[in-house]
Amino acid sequence: MIKFNYVITDEIGIHARPAGLLAKTAKTVSSKVVIKANGKEADASKLMAVMGLGVKHGNEITVEVTGDDEAEAVVKMEEFFKANL
Amino acid sequence: MKIFCGKAIFRGIAIGKILFNSKNKQQVRRNKINDIDTEISRFEKAKEKASQELNKLYEKALKEVGENNAAIFEVHSMMLEDDDFNDAVIDKIKNQLVNAEYAVAKTGDDLVDMFANMEDEYFKARAADMKDISERVISKLIGEDSSFQLKEPSIIVAEDLAPSETIQMDKDKLLAFVTKLGSSNSHTAILARTMNLPALIGIDIDSKWNGKQAVVDGYSGKLIIDPDKETFEKYIKIQKDDLEKRELLKELKGKETITKRGKKINLYANIGKPADLSNVIEHDAEGIGLFRSEFLYLDSDDFPTEDEQFSAYKKVAETMGSKKVIIRTLDIGADKQVDYFNFGHEDNPAMGYRAIRICLSQQDIFKTQLRALLRASAFGNISIMYPMIISVDEVKQIKVIVKNVMAELENEKIDFNRDIEQGIMIETPAAVIMSDELAKEVDFFSIGTNDLTQYTLAVDRQNPKLENINDTHHPAVLRSIKTVIENAHKAGIWAGICGELGADTSLTETFISYGIDELSVSPTFILPVRKAVRDSE
Repeated sequence: MIKFNYVITDEIGIHARPAGLLAKTAKTVSSKVVIKANGKEADASKLMAVMGLGVKHGNEITVEVTGDDEAEAVVKMEEFFKANL
Repeated sequence: MKIFCGKAIFRGIAIGKILFNSKNKQQVRRNKINDIDTEISRFEKAKEKASQELNKLYEKALKEVGENNAAIFEVHSMMLEDDDFNDAVIDKIKNQLVNAEYAVAKTGDDLVDMFANMEDEYFKARAADMKDISERVISKLIGEDSSFQLKEPSIIVAEDLAPSETIQMDKDKLLAFVTKLGSSNSHTAILARTMNLPALIGIDIDSKWNGKQAVVDGYSGKLIIDPDKETFEKYIKIQKDDLEKRELLKELKGKETITKRGKKINLYANIGKPADLSNVIEHDAEGIGLFRSEFLYLDSDDFPTEDEQFSAYKKVAETMGSKKVIIRTLDIGADKQVDYFNFGHEDNPAMGYRAIRICLSQQDIFKTQLRALLRASAFGNISIMYPMIISVDEVKQIKVIVKNVMAELENEKIDFNRDIEQGIMIETPAAVIMSDELAKEVDFFSIGTNDLTQYTLAVDRQNPKLENINDTHHPAVLRSIKTVIENAHKAGIWAGICGELGADTSLTETFISYGIDELSVSPTFILPVRKAVRDSE
């Protein structure tokens, strides 16, 4: 498992559209991607669950990537967060 | 005549007949089923139809209300494809042997509750989206057409409206919305603003209103049912004036801000937070002449970090592209309470420990802000402006600090604009008197007329007893402005006004005769001031 932390800079937080894009991105890797925030966690490929975390601007999240392609997957996820959130 | 009060979402007047939108709430019964596969395939087909419909709505919205507002339908498509939603529906069909309608309704309700119980207003408002999605799938299962068409121009009154319902309506026949539920953050409210439709929320609606004549007053938030003749005529006139004003201003959008003789005035907007940007763009400002950075400090429980500030400044700079964004450094003092600053009581806060005085004595606060500003300068056209200057010495101190911060960034190999434009606010009589010397040290002047008037006339602008002598057109103020502009030009720098006087169109021609280069006003004054400039010699 590889993990990284990220502070959300988007003004609203992880809102619907980026959550949807996140789900799409998470589905392109075979590793399991889990987002931990506010004492809860959610599968990144599930948009409602991710929105249910209620992640707001300035919140720090932990992203955990586990699986065969985790080395590449973690790079992909980090790039996604930097570009979209 | 009856009057009801609610909350106005968009300012404007609508007059017309009420159409009460009584949604037949889809009655979903729970039925026991035998054939699980058939039920699942019914659900899959309904979902497919719903998805196609959402794509069509997206295309329609894209054409009518732009990409930002159309995005909601893209989001609905994504939510419809969510694994948890789909798994929960299929699980209910398989394990509880219930019909697809019931499985969708129950799953939808659970997710609606999840959103409705969230703390944050944004996430709370998503409950309406979830409801819209599950109702769409259910209507496909039942085989009903959920859209309803307008036959004549109407004021739509409803319990609540989903964004998809709003988009489906014929724009030419839609006069206004009045709903009981909804929030000013909801997509429907945002759409109303984009479509320039007067809209009220929070009105206790009544189905008996259907077909009645009504007025929607989006200025005061009133709904008037069966207006009497006098009221009706009053509103007809307001509506006509509104329309004329709007048409006139629309003509000015995209036009240059030049005088009859061809002198160009830079017409910029004053803003207080990044959320004001949409207003800046809507009113066609040519840049931002005053971005007050105080919101970062006032909305916070502790000093905002460099990264927090950086991301706010960067966002504004990126949104404005190549247009100028003048950001004013911290301008607070004892008259604005910020607990973590520990200001203590001051008898005379207007003349107290504030603005640049704080920054020069608590330099760590100032340096954090300067680092954030400089880092953001790599992403757009940022200028920095320092408030409450009274001496050349202060400017020299600032320059030393800026130089040190720049050296730090260079050492850390962080990109920034080395030639960033730096200017000062002229808002004290001392700065006016010294403006010839100050002009040699900076790149521009921006005159803060509110404080300059208060300090020049020794009139407290908060004191109602002094209102009769608080004369913003006082010759001493106007002469000060003239002096500042002349001294700026002698040193080859530009001068503008970012105080309220800049928006006073009775003085626009006077300022132009003094040689003013820039005016920065609240977004809603941009177009009226543009008109005044274009009417000036």
